[in-house]
Amino acid sequence: MHTMSRPILILLCLGFLALALFPLLGDEYYTGLLTKIMILSIFAVSLDLLIGYTGLISFGHAAFFGIGGYVLAIFFQDADSINYWTALALVLSCTALVALLIGWLCIRTSGVYFIMLTLAFAQMFYYFFFESPHFGGDDGIFLFSKPEVEIGSTILLDLENEQHFYYFVLAWLVAIYLILSMILRAPFGQVIVAIKANEQRVRALGYPIQRYKLVSFTIAGTLAGLAGFLEAVHTGYVTPSYLGWHESGIAMVIVILGGMGTLFGPILGAFVVVLLQDWLPDLTEHWQLLMGGIIIAVVLFLPQGIAGLLIRLGNRFSAAPTRPADPARPKANIPAADGNIAATDLEEQQL
Amino acid sequence: MDSSFYLIQLLNGIQYGFLLFLVASGLTLIFGIMGIINLAHGSFYMIGAYLTVWLSGLTGNLFSAILLALPISLLVGYAVERLAISFLYRRDHLYQVLLTYALILIFNELQRILWGSDVHSVAIPEILSGSIQLTDNQAYPVYRLFISACCIAIGLGMYWVIQKTRLGMTIRAGASNREMVQSLGININRLFAIVFSLGATLAALAGMLAAPVNTVYPGIGDGVLIISFVVVVIGGIGSIKGAFIGAMLIGIGDTFGKVLLPEMASMVVYALMALVLFWRPQGLFGKA
Repeated sequence: MHTMSRPILILLCLGFLALALFPLLGDEYYTGLLTKIMILSIFAVSLDLLIGYTGLISFGHAAFFGIGGYVLAIFFQDADSINYWTALALVLSCTALVALLIGWLCIRTSGVYFIMLTLAFAQMFYYFFFESPHFGGDDGIFLFSKPEVEIGSTILLDLENEQHFYYFVLAWLVAIYLILSMILRAPFGQVIVAIKANEQRVRALGYPIQRYKLVSFTIAGTLAGLAGFLEAVHTGYVTPSYLGWHESGIAMVIVILGGMGTLFGPILGAFVVVLLQDWLPDLTEHWQLLMGGIIIAVVLFLPQGIAGLLIRLGNRFSAAPTRPADPARPKANIPAADGNIAATDLEEQQL
Repeated sequence: MDSSFYLIQLLNGIQYGFLLFLVASGLTLIFGIMGIINLAHGSFYMIGAYLTVWLSGLTGNLFSAILLALPISLLVGYAVERLAISFLYRRDHLYQVLLTYALILIFNELQRILWGSDVHSVAIPEILSGSIQLTDNQAYPVYRLFISACCIAIGLGMYWVIQKTRLGMTIRAGASNREMVQSLGININRLFAIVFSLGATLAALAGMLAAPVNTVYPGIGDGVLIISFVVVVIGGIGSIKGAFIGAMLIGIGDTFGKVLLPEMASMVVYALMALVLFWRPQGLFGKA
């Protein structure tokens, strides 16, 4: 039995601490960049639920990311003030509905059909927004105000403030990490992971696998919509390129590079990819060439991604005589935040 | 809008469909026989188009440009198969998607390095530059007829190769049962290399023929790739007949969509696809 080895757990906690403390350094550029990374992390984690856990290779996940942004922009483009709760509810329900519909059509197919179909539907939405004169066409839509997070009449967070927004996104990332941990630990999560491992057997056990796939697809789409919503608030505009297939491709690269089938892998992947995209252009004008080379190297030499590498290293460290596998086990019952993370990753490794 | 207007649109649609067929037939063969989902297929279209720009500039003649570009495309296809694709045969589709996605990035960047980000155009050769007068103010360009004629010739050639030759027999066998072909002692690596290079060359040829009609610009292959996916999905993966029917449906559907529903032209194609898949999830001629 594998467990989340202690070195990795420590690494994750340190990473969280570093993220929580970073804005205090006051580097505005990197605070903004980290916000972008965390938003992309949410997007990538949602895709990982499909690719890494359910075994559905979606190549059109950017559709939901874009729709999340567009729902916000379409409903509130002329609004003087945006109520955060209304906007959030609208975005989540609209993307969930679209994901349910597209998912219902797509899960009837499998394998390479599924890949091409999800891609084709994403392109359909891309062209819808690209050509439509009502939704800004290829210029996209600008947002003139940011949502106000308030309860009653007290304003809790000022999203115009880069630091406030940073912590707001960090909170969302942690929340989604914990929610997905719970979902994956629940019977539902066990079933979707089993579907990835052996669809026939799960069907033979009497589970309605199509329904499970559809629910997984819908959850993933909704979370991607949330990420798109956050991105739209962050940048202040949406363009059709949010839904473009390069966006879907990059999300896939993030998931694989980071390590699919783990929740922390895609987050690591988002860091690596965004920082590469930030640094490589300084190195050479033709940085896409390097990017392509790196992706090929990952496919050939690191198919389990960075997370796979870390897990292997971590296991080697903790393969010491004390066997930390046992202390990690009782920890799973402690309802503290740390315990939750430990428990989930424990489950992940078991599967 | 009289009937000759619609006739012109129909001819345009058919000509577009033929070009799509060249691209999609390669894609569907590569998937059907090799089990490879090749996103870089659109890049071969782009390579064909840019080779035509470059070589017709050098030679001053479209025909010699195409004749020179064909063997180059064949070589590029072969190199890509040996250097990249051949590592993917036993890997999951996911990794195929990723690696070929990386190839797109590389090809697009190489294109920018070699030819820059400008839009290029290729002159139509003198003898094909005329047009046929249909009515007083409606004419149909000869070059478009030439494209259709070329595609028909290539399509017939493909039919002959696949139905009548030993290579075609192996290809058909490979498409229906890869393992069996392998265990019968046919050199599957060689077959894969041939199929991939030929498929790549077909896509490149489509790019060459289309270069004088459409302008040649960076990222030209991306749109073609996705439309070819739609064609292949509609026709059924691995079926050449399906690719032909799918290409015609999309070619004509897209052309008339642009005329009749200009605001949603690009969506018509995808709506068509959704409709077909709703009725037959495995495509028109796909194996269930």
